[in-house]
Amino acid sequence: MKREALARIADAQRGRRALVAVTRLADGAQCLVDADTIDGELSLSAEQLTEARSLLGSGRSASLSSALPGAERLFARAYVPSPRMLIVGAVHIAQVLSKMADAAGFEVVVIDPRGAFASPERFPGVQLTDEWPDEALGRLGLDDATALVALSHDPKLDDPALELALPSKVFYIGALGSRRTHEKRLERLRAAGLGELVGRIHSPIGLDLGGRSPAEIAVAIVAEVIQVRYQGERG
Amino acid sequence: MHPDTDSLFETLQQWRAAGKAAALATVVSTWGSSPRPEGSHLAVDEAGHFVGSVSGGCIEGAVIEAAAQVMASGRPRLLEFGVSDEQAWHVGLACGGRVQVFVEPVE
Repeated sequence: MKREALARIADAQRGRRALVAVTRLADGAQCLVDADTIDGELSLSAEQLTEARSLLGSGRSASLSSALPGAERLFARAYVPSPRMLIVGAVHIAQVLSKMADAAGFEVVVIDPRGAFASPERFPGVQLTDEWPDEALGRLGLDDATALVALSHDPKLDDPALELALPSKVFYIGALGSRRTHEKRLERLRAAGLGELVGRIHSPIGLDLGGRSPAEIAVAIVAEVIQVRYQGERG
Repeated sequence: MHPDTDSLFETLQQWRAAGKAAALATVVSTWGSSPRPEGSHLAVDEAGHFVGSVSGGCIEGAVIEAAAQVMASGRPRLLEFGVSDEQAWHVGLACGGRVQVFVEPVE
């Protein structure tokens, strides 16, 4: 692998951009393919390029069926953004949830403008921001590999996050709160013109495991997010 | 970017920036109950330090050994592992699957 290819893959991962590396296994010749460009010493037929680009969305890596087997065999490695969980509200459950989601392979960011909550002492090793949720979500971006989890119980924090997430491409939206709290939340979001989208919100949040402790609720949330993430693939 | 699963390319860049030789291994075919899917990576430096994984742990040692040869020759290699594989790289996968692993030098 050439130095430029290594740098571009690392850069695409940092910037959450999808990229496919196609390698000829006979000699290691490579090219990098994204939606608009193809770059590198290996040239592809139109058919091979189309097949490589089809992997940008799915994130699946595979040998290209449009290439010959054997010496001309081409392997396409898709690099897609890793799943990410944005947590609004640096509350007690968030302390446990941030660790569990990290262990489950999610990039995690905890968002809370209240510095006493989002402190490194309470969240060692966790990516924190003290921006307001609308600022943070605007900066971080709401792509289709992102889950938004609102835990603060405070409409001043949760509502702006939900208002941005509902019309976005995020694959999961969940909000903590009792049924009564959620009913009030739905009224506010309907009043904000989001009535057709509020059905996207998972509330009560998490799979119904029957648990009550913060750790048990965190397991239920991570499990539900994983389930929703793969539902599309199950058809 | 996830700090564990996506940092492999940053680690490779750090090794190269420090002047260390490095190789990148990739699972390119799987048959049967292989533990890691196609596209799984393992990166190795010249001292045998590695990050990532290409199996449940059963073939890592052999891949690291091959990576040292790839770093020395500068040429990629295609390795195959499996229970029924009688070739030089026979190690046997405990899980009963077969995998092909491509190992390439990193410039």
